[in-house]
Amino acid sequence: MIDSNPFAELAAFISPTAMQAYVVLMVVLVAVGTILDMLHKKSGQYFFENARRAKRNATRTLSSGEKGALALKTLGKEVLTSGEFNNPKRRISHLLTMYGFIIFVVTTAILIFAYPTPDDPAPTVVPLLWHLGAAMLAFGGYWFWFSIRVDVASEGVKWYQLNGRGDLFIVGLLGMATFALLWSFTRDVDTLGTLFFVLFVAFSTLLFGSVYWSKFAHMFFKPAAAFQKRVIKADGSRENMPAVYDPSDPDVQARFPDVPAYMGPNPPNMGLGIKREAPSHF
Amino acid sequence: MPTFVYMTRCDGCGYCVDICPSDIMHIDKVTRRAYNIEPNMCWECYSCVKACPMDAIDVRGYAEFAPLGHSVRVRRDEEKGVIAWRIKFRNGEKDMELLAPITTKPWGKHIPQLADVPAPSQAMRDSQLLFNEPKYIRLDEGDLHTLASNGLVMKEGVYY
Ligand code: SF4
Ligand code: SF4
Repeated sequence: MIDSNPFAELAAFISPTAMQAYVVLMVVLVAVGTILDMLHKKSGQYFFENARRAKRNATRTLSSGEKGALALKTLGKEVLTSGEFNNPKRRISHLLTMYGFIIFVVTTAILIFAYPTPDDPAPTVVPLLWHLGAAMLAFGGYWFWFSIRVDVASEGVKWYQLNGRGDLFIVGLLGMATFALLWSFTRDVDTLGTLFFVLFVAFSTLLFGSVYWSKFAHMFFKPAAAFQKRVIKADGSRENMPAVYDPSDPDVQARFPDVPAYMGPNPPNMGLGIKREAPSHF
Repeated sequence: MPTFVYMTRCDGCGYCVDICPSDIMHIDKVTRRAYNIEPNMCWECYSCVKACPMDAIDVRGYAEFAPLGHSVRVRRDEEKGVIAWRIKFRNGEKDMELLAPITTKPWGKHIPQLADVPAPSQAMRDSQLLFNEPKYIRLDEGDLHTLASNGLVMKEGVYY
């Protein structure tokens, strides 16, 4: 079951052209939603103004080689491996969701465009990957939903309380992945299969059509912001952030005498506070 | 100096929400980022500033020392145990940096067991020191650095 192409079987009821048109429509919706979102929030304008301001404060100019190296580092750390997450659980769930989504979307497009009918059967690996992508997406997404969703514990919000726009993206993702899998497993059961298929399409449309309201566009903004963060560190503008001082340096101690007064002349390594017990007063 | 959150840095972990004694750090329902809902009620304890793993929380200086348009930025370095502040004025010229310890002992080393602490004596009750000052939770009997344990007295004025 998981090695057969569900879309090819569907071709008996829905023409492949209609399916392909739907995929194209979704791509257009994402593009339009992202552009509208940028215009509305003025995030593009903010980003470039911020970059210009940073440039003014820069103490040195980066060569294009250095910028390229920073871009590669951003790609390797923040984009491909989500290295900016300090919390390993958060990081793993994010990676599962991200790669699950990419695999799922790419294989869906391959199945619909390259192998639309039972006459040209897809190589087994593609439907397998399609199911794997959906499963990764569902696993990472539910893990996030039930144990690491942003505010649940802190604000006493229960897992079943929806937050409206804040949850659009994750609900769309989870609905799409869950009903894709359920549809695939119940293809032979008439009504149930149809029901799950309809829900699958509904949630996909919700996910790709709500880009303007949801946080879908973070996929595009995040890498840009991560790159800019590296640039401000490298060119010395550092967004007005204070310098990183070494408290055991005698010059630093002379300039800030209450550091040695409280910490002694040879301050011990304090250990990573982020690994301390998290504050939890609820 | 009440706190505020840079939305582009905050990742919504909720640490500040958990730690704020004034319960004024909240998570915005839509953006999923923290914000100070009631700056007027801020105790200015900076627990949130120290707890934030993303360096997302800064403060607004008072008009007395920093006219409108200034920026106060905070950066914590937990491994080194210090917290640095940078104040930059509107004209971009007057610029100062301050540095202070976040903690004087490695994280988690001194967790006061308040339940085991004997009831305060009359001398303690009469003292102006607070119940949980190092002297009274007996941290300086261990090896916590205080001004007194380093043989120093507080000088008048500001050190920086
Ligand atoms: S400084 Fe203290 S009172 Fe003010 S928001 Fe932060 S934790 Fe709350
Ligand atoms: S502690 Fe920092 S990152 Fe976490 S929610 Fe508060 S402001 Fe955001």
